[in-house]
Amino acid sequence: MNDQGKYRPLSYFQLMEISLRELLVEKGILTNQQLDAEVEDMRRRTPERGAKVVARAWVDKEFKKRLLENGTKACEEVGLDIPALKLVVVENTPQVHNAIVCTLCSCYPRMLLGIPPDWYKSRNYRSRMVREPRAVLAEFGLKIPDEVQIRVHDSSADMRYMVLPMRPAGTEGWSEERLAALVNRDSMIGVAVPKGPGE
Amino acid sequence: MPEKNRFKPGDRVKVLKAYPPGHIRTPFYIRGCTGEIERICGTFPNPEELALMRTGLPAQPLYRVRFLQRDVWPGYSGNPSDVVEVEIFQHWLDPA
Repeated sequence: MNDQGKYRPLSYFQLMEISLRELLVEKGILTNQQLDAEVEDMRRRTPERGAKVVARAWVDKEFKKRLLENGTKACEEVGLDIPALKLVVVENTPQVHNAIVCTLCSCYPRMLLGIPPDWYKSRNYRSRMVREPRAVLAEFGLKIPDEVQIRVHDSSADMRYMVLPMRPAGTEGWSEERLAALVNRDSMIGVAVPKGPGE
Repeated sequence: MPEKNRFKPGDRVKVLKAYPPGHIRTPFYIRGCTGEIERICGTFPNPEELALMRTGLPAQPLYRVRFLQRDVWPGYSGNPSDVVEVEIFQHWLDPA
């Protein structure tokens, strides 16, 4: 697993991971093939999955309604089967900007956005995003006007959150595929907004 | 049978100001704060019990509670209507 090209002593957690993995295989609870398949699945999950959901919501009002009511069920409609994920989708509007954080650990909608970025797990982001969201967003280059309400969602228990960003101006008549390409990971966490043509 | 819901959306609630040891999903900063039920998330096995290898049953209702930032952080400088929303299990909530 640790293929950095040089030998280093294993850290406590690396040692724990290897020990646990080898025990699970040795006791016949899991096979190496199953573990490899799971790792591969994890690699295959990328923010493009979330972007597909956002683009569909932008072009289909009824889908958007269902998505905001029950995120998990609506994702099934676009071929994303995420039964274990209790998904709550929160919508940005001209009056409201949403952003996601997990102050306790690093809860993240991995099924839709893949592996979280390191900054999402940092103490800096986790502690400051709830306390001074406007300052943190400004550091990401996102200036939220004073009159816009900020809703910070602390993903502290069983639900997972995704932001539905606003559709950029100048994208009228675009296909879902073209729209999806505008939606990046950060805009679904709420630390960025999708840019339209010429922005 | 899961524990019955004691609150509904719109109810004012206060988070217990308690500091028990263990695997607690109620963030420290929100303990003692008053907010409003935004939605009912469903019922889930109690994570505090699960962490001790127990069943976590009866399942506990989980709520999203909306707090005004200015009620959570003294001297909060943003828009006075800014909010933070946190998932809190029923046994951590009292009517306010």
